[in-house]
Amino acid sequence: MGLTGLDIYKQLPKKNCGECGPPTCLAFAMALASGKAALESCPYVSDAAKENLGAASAPPIRLVKIGTAPNEVAIGDETVIFRHDKTFFHETGVAILVGSDLDDAALDAKIAKINDLKFERVGLKYTVNLVAIKQVGGGADEYAAFVKKVADKTSLALILMTDSADAMGKAAEAVAARKPLLYGATVENLDAMLALAKKHTVPLTIHGKDLDETAALAEKASAAGVKDVILDAGQRETAKVLVALTQCRRLAIKKKFRPLGFPTIAVTSEEDPLAEIVQASVYVAKYASIVVIKTDVKEQVLPLLTLRQNVYTDPQKPIQVEAKLNAVGAATTDSPVYVTTNFSLTYYTVEGEVSASKIPAWILSVGTDGTSVLTAWAAGKFTSESIAAAVKSSGVEEKVGHRNIIIPGYVAVLSGKLGELTGWKVLVGPREAAGIPAFAKQRFSA
Amino acid sequence: MPVEIVKERYSSKVGTITLGATKEQGGTRTHTVTVGGDSTLPFLHFEGEVPNPPVVAIEICDRVPEWNPSLLEHYRDVVGDPAAWAQKAVEYGADLIFLRLSSADPELGDSSPEKCADTVKKVLGAVGVPLIVVGSGVDDKDNIVLPAVAEAAAGENLLMGIAEQDNYKTLTAACMVHKHNIIALSPIDINICKQLNILINEMNMPLDRIVIDPSVGALGYGIEYTYSIMERIRLGALQGDRMLAMPVICGIGYEAWRAKEANAPVSDFPGWGDQKDRSILWEAVTASGFIQAGGHIIIMRHPEAVKLVKNNIKQLMAK
Ligand code: SF4
Repeated sequence: MGLTGLDIYKQLPKKNCGECGPPTCLAFAMALASGKAALESCPYVSDAAKENLGAASAPPIRLVKIGTAPNEVAIGDETVIFRHDKTFFHETGVAILVGSDLDDAALDAKIAKINDLKFERVGLKYTVNLVAIKQVGGGADEYAAFVKKVADKTSLALILMTDSADAMGKAAEAVAARKPLLYGATVENLDAMLALAKKHTVPLTIHGKDLDETAALAEKASAAGVKDVILDAGQRETAKVLVALTQCRRLAIKKKFRPLGFPTIAVTSEEDPLAEIVQASVYVAKYASIVVIKTDVKEQVLPLLTLRQNVYTDPQKPIQVEAKLNAVGAATTDSPVYVTTNFSLTYYTVEGEVSASKIPAWILSVGTDGTSVLTAWAAGKFTSESIAAAVKSSGVEEKVGHRNIIIPGYVAVLSGKLGELTGWKVLVGPREAAGIPAFAKQRFSA
Repeated sequence: MPVEIVKERYSSKVGTITLGATKEQGGTRTHTVTVGGDSTLPFLHFEGEVPNPPVVAIEICDRVPEWNPSLLEHYRDVVGDPAAWAQKAVEYGADLIFLRLSSADPELGDSSPEKCADTVKKVLGAVGVPLIVVGSGVDDKDNIVLPAVAEAAAGENLLMGIAEQDNYKTLTAACMVHKHNIIALSPIDINICKQLNILINEMNMPLDRIVIDPSVGALGYGIEYTYSIMERIRLGALQGDRMLAMPVICGIGYEAWRAKEANAPVSDFPGWGDQKDRSILWEAVTASGFIQAGGHIIIMRHPEAVKLVKNNIKQLMAK
């Protein structure tokens, strides 16, 4: 069972040298107790203490890495059941399935599509992370040759999917340097797969038929010295996968149940690509460390990656945009100027509505540490002074010929002072961004 | 190795609410719809009861809305005729009809209370499913329209909205007198959510006739804030907080179809792929996220998205 920070502290060197990161041994002990630090960070810890603390201080869910930089996928190391309790740390890795029965032309086309699954929205970049190469017919040599071809065409991390230890052995040999995930070990092939994972020091999926069998196999893997394990508890029906993922997470975090203290993988079963994305969205929301999907179509993958980004956003750290002047559409010296904050959500909501108004404009985002209009105003970060300073520093005075500025309706009280400080005419816009198109149409359409 | 699974023990559960009334019950619905009653987190059948599946309400409107053509084309023959539109929505699988009386807005037609009440009667006459009715969003106008609707539909056990912290009394009174249920909207804030339920309850409205609207955002636009608020609302309900133990309604369609990603043609954003599937999934994945967070009544628009979400709910209800 977990030790308290004080239990751990008693065993530390008490040099308070800070080399481990936190400034004192006690702070380090606290970090260890909550699974936020690794014992290895202290260079002075005694062998006896290592022995005593090793297991207790390991994080409840192991951090496992697949692939190599810059496309290394790090998963696991989660510490909470609900994102509001802290945050989810390591985004679900999204893998696209490729069957080894594709001919060269089909493979080229497929990989080109997968490599192109890169998106940019609201100033953020999203990508898929892995290619899951499944053996479909053919012998071990053919599979290995196919895997090699895929590896040559993509820099994404790789999952090798076959039950055949022979095929896995040859494929792993061919791409060992890429540190692929082997998928996976079952009751039938466990020993051979463990040997391969050890030989190439690569992570291994443990694939039982249910939670019990998966835990038993995972324990054997640990006993055999294979540490980088990913769990597949064998379910494929949506509700059952949800339960299995939930149990792995709860058992690891609430019970420190070691056999299931690893990242998880979920594989979709829906054939229709839209239904598949909806199914995958359940797994992204509920704890899957990797989700394997079949579709490689941009408009289908983007919604899933967007959900992932939302769920894994740190509730304590709002996403910010750069505080600066931005043009929406072909803005000119006559275009209206809107002011808002640099909270990403606020900014992009305003930007969306301004662009929906079809009237080109400037948006001045004021630095408010990523807080929304009302929060920033209440905290004294969105004030006449801060807006006036932004007007000066942003260069808007040179970009437009007029001297009119639109502020959010919620901060209408700032009008007078802002007008005095800047000499600009302050227009009070709508309270909610949704009102911008109507506002703009009324005010600015020719 | 038998793993001892973790079952949480909760002291309480989400309340249930039944919408609509049959002839025997004083209304004209062919059946009623009951939601809520969960004694666990969403779909964890192993540790508690999920007696009623989440339901989908399809949104219709009493005027021709400015919706994306790719969405509106599915209702091409029926927009402008709320009764026909409601029938179409039922064909598309609606468990409930969500009727927005937009035309009451002084800027969008300024329909009279009588006209709005008449529209509601016509929709009730056209379909057998229970109804959710909301106003135009202009408080002053809604405060004369909704009481008229409540009276005209007395006995139908509607779900009516929207009550907010600074405008809840008129609607609450109308729902009390004519025995309807009420949507209580709070701005992504669990304390205001509780406070508003208390205020409505203080007017003697029973708690089991209130539905929580936590203010949802669309996928990519703040979904995570409401997601966490809803998880906390559910946990509060399970831990015995009566002021959080109401079923939750999520206005997905409206939000999802405001997102640029649902509307922008591929020519504007070649990197995002084709608009059709993108928009359908924008709505369906938004809905899926909120169903995972504990949504009970999901308001949607696109028939394909509805189909996907109903399929997802069916799978999640399988034990
Ligand atoms: S490195 Fe070791 S000795 Fe130094 S402060 Fe950290 S725990 Fe203490």
